[in-house]
Amino acid sequence: MKFKTFFWFVAPSVFMMLLFIAAPLVSVFLQSFQVTQPVVQQVEVETCTPGFLTQTCTTELKTVPIIDEVTGKAQTTTSWVGFQSYQNVLQMDKVWEAVSDGRLRDILQIDFWKALRFTLMFTLVTLPLVIGVGLMIALAVNNASKSLRGPVIFVSLLPFIITPVIGSLSIYWLFVGDGILTATLERWTGQDIAMFANAWTIELLMYFYRVWHVAPFAFVIFYAGLQTVNMDTLESAIIDGANRFERLRYVIVPHLMPLIIFIALIHLMDCYRVFDEIIGFRSQAHVISLQWLTFDFLTPDDSGNRAISRAAASSMLTMIGIVILLILPLRRTWRDHKGGAH
Amino acid sequence: MYLKKLALAGAVSLMGTSAFAACAYENTVPLKSLSAGFEAWKAVTDAMAECGNFQAELDQEFRTKQPAAFEANPSLYHIGGVSNGTITPLLNAGTIRPLDDLVAKYGQNLSPNQLIRVDGQIMAVAMMVNTQHLMYREDIFNDLGIDTPTSWDEVFAAAEKIKAAGVVDHAIGATMKSGWNLAQEFVNMYPGFGGTFFNDDNTTAVNSEAGMKALATMQKTLEFTDPEVLVSDSTYVQQQFQQGKIAISNLWASRGGAMNDANESTVVGKVKMAAAPVAMDGGAPATTLWWDGIVIASNITDEEADAAFRLAMEGLDEDMVKANNDAAIWLVKGYEPGPLAEGAIATATATPAAPPYPSTTQMGLLHTALGNELPAFLTGERDAAATLVAIEEAYTTSAKEAGVLQ
Repeated sequence: MKFKTFFWFVAPSVFMMLLFIAAPLVSVFLQSFQVTQPVVQQVEVETCTPGFLTQTCTTELKTVPIIDEVTGKAQTTTSWVGFQSYQNVLQMDKVWEAVSDGRLRDILQIDFWKALRFTLMFTLVTLPLVIGVGLMIALAVNNASKSLRGPVIFVSLLPFIITPVIGSLSIYWLFVGDGILTATLERWTGQDIAMFANAWTIELLMYFYRVWHVAPFAFVIFYAGLQTVNMDTLESAIIDGANRFERLRYVIVPHLMPLIIFIALIHLMDCYRVFDEIIGFRSQAHVISLQWLTFDFLTPDDSGNRAISRAAASSMLTMIGIVILLILPLRRTWRDHKGGAH
Repeated sequence: MYLKKLALAGAVSLMGTSAFAACAYENTVPLKSLSAGFEAWKAVTDAMAECGNFQAELDQEFRTKQPAAFEANPSLYHIGGVSNGTITPLLNAGTIRPLDDLVAKYGQNLSPNQLIRVDGQIMAVAMMVNTQHLMYREDIFNDLGIDTPTSWDEVFAAAEKIKAAGVVDHAIGATMKSGWNLAQEFVNMYPGFGGTFFNDDNTTAVNSEAGMKALATMQKTLEFTDPEVLVSDSTYVQQQFQQGKIAISNLWASRGGAMNDANESTVVGKVKMAAAPVAMDGGAPATTLWWDGIVIASNITDEEADAAFRLAMEGLDEDMVKANNDAAIWLVKGYEPGPLAEGAIATATATPAAPPYPSTTQMGLLHTALGNELPAFLTGERDAAATLVAIEEAYTTSAKEAGVLQ
């Protein structure tokens, strides 16, 4: 293809990527080194609050922002603060202190590290499960009789269609204190079950939910891949006396390897941004994720404050985390790609 | 068929006229409002809608939308529903207008108690008060011979008896969902022990003896609550009450009406309200007083503001209150306090009285810090002293970032 034709083909998407991906990224990057504050003054304010019959008025010193006469908006100043926001998120001084005192568990009381611990574990525990379960469903469907295949594929795809936040809410409602499943289990076992009272039960539910939700995606990809397995190789393996497991291990899995890498890539990227489960399960007291941390910084409180700088720092850190996680599978794909070109 | 249609059309037109008849005038200026979504706001906005040309948005997430929506020019909403907790960002940004002229023009029926003055100017008109107070199952208390608790020690003693009798799943229900709700529990308890939130230089004073006592009381509560209490918000506690699973709770007065809603509740007429328990002898009830009311946006024309305020007054009139007497503890004329209001009134008129929720920029920051740091204490990951230090540090970090602390 001529360069000019190629250019006009990709120009719209390059433009969109610059506008919606690159520009916000640069802006967040810059904001993570800045702090924007309102210019405040202390004024004495008399505020009256209704009691039931009479009012109580109190005069107190309040810190309020100065309103600009011209624009009618609060005056703000923006200053460069270097890595201050990163320090506020990472709290490295406390981390070193905990390390030198040998109290490693204390590190997990800092929000960022607590979130990182869960996010990493969530990503790495669900990854093999999703690939394994997806592959198993694909093999099962592939071996099922033709008449059954349609309905089985349909049913196994259902979890993937559900909007993640709705899915997690449904699981929450099933398992919360007097949810249908908990109530049934309680009647059955005669014990009081509280799934949302402990961190580990909540985490287990989250792993279960994510695998249930994402495995169909892996299944569809693997199922497509299985259709292209070389039948001659498979047959010669049978003649060589390879049993079912050996055929899977030495013929099918190597054939599907590029797909496994592909699913791993997608899954790592998705899982590192785990968020819906935290909101759906209301697990903030026990388990938080990096994406939730950013969201929490951005949520304004009743007085309208939001920690934009720390949110920017936290999202930059999340991005760095994803890049580090993706290096391994990406390197492999790149090597395969280079090898394929020869 | 034709007759049926005609009858239907007649009925619809009758409905229309009767709806308009409920309003004293017809509103011609298109108006919009944004407020919280609980029962009282539904009653008020329904009454306003009767005048026509009015669109109400009832949204429990209003607090995150309101500041930005009112800062737009022209403002996206004319009327805002606020509480003393959520009026601060609007006041700080100057996006709500003083109402003195409008009150003089249309506010003949307002009582002086309703006018919220900030620095002498009327900035909001309050319509109801709200507070977290003691709600308990009168039948269970009578059966077990327990007197109405007036202090938290008595609450725990009562809970002990109820737990021993095993009449409900959990003796106490608490709105301790991590985040805003949990922080509010501390904000109730801490002044009850005589604590102050801030020093004069805007640093926080929660790391104190009163703070330790407040944490200890909150932890004691956990012995009697649902183990999943850290995910339970007001609605969840309300439902637990309605389903007869809990016997005592320090719950919002605005949730009281739901106890007697026969469609949802299995405990109609059995729940009684009393003043919020005190935390220490001679102290104020361990709770904070709230009001809900309306504000009018700055960034709209004077004509629109005029129409908006007139409409709001129509929504807050005696007829509305008479029709919805039990939906809230109204401040509007015509309200007759029923048994559901006893607790709130007792809380508000106690001596010393419970303090109003301190609505300042710093309080917003501290509330967030509390909501994020308290869970680790209640799950047992961190002891009380370390938690108070963590709250102090979290507040200091965000206060420096917000510019209220140097």
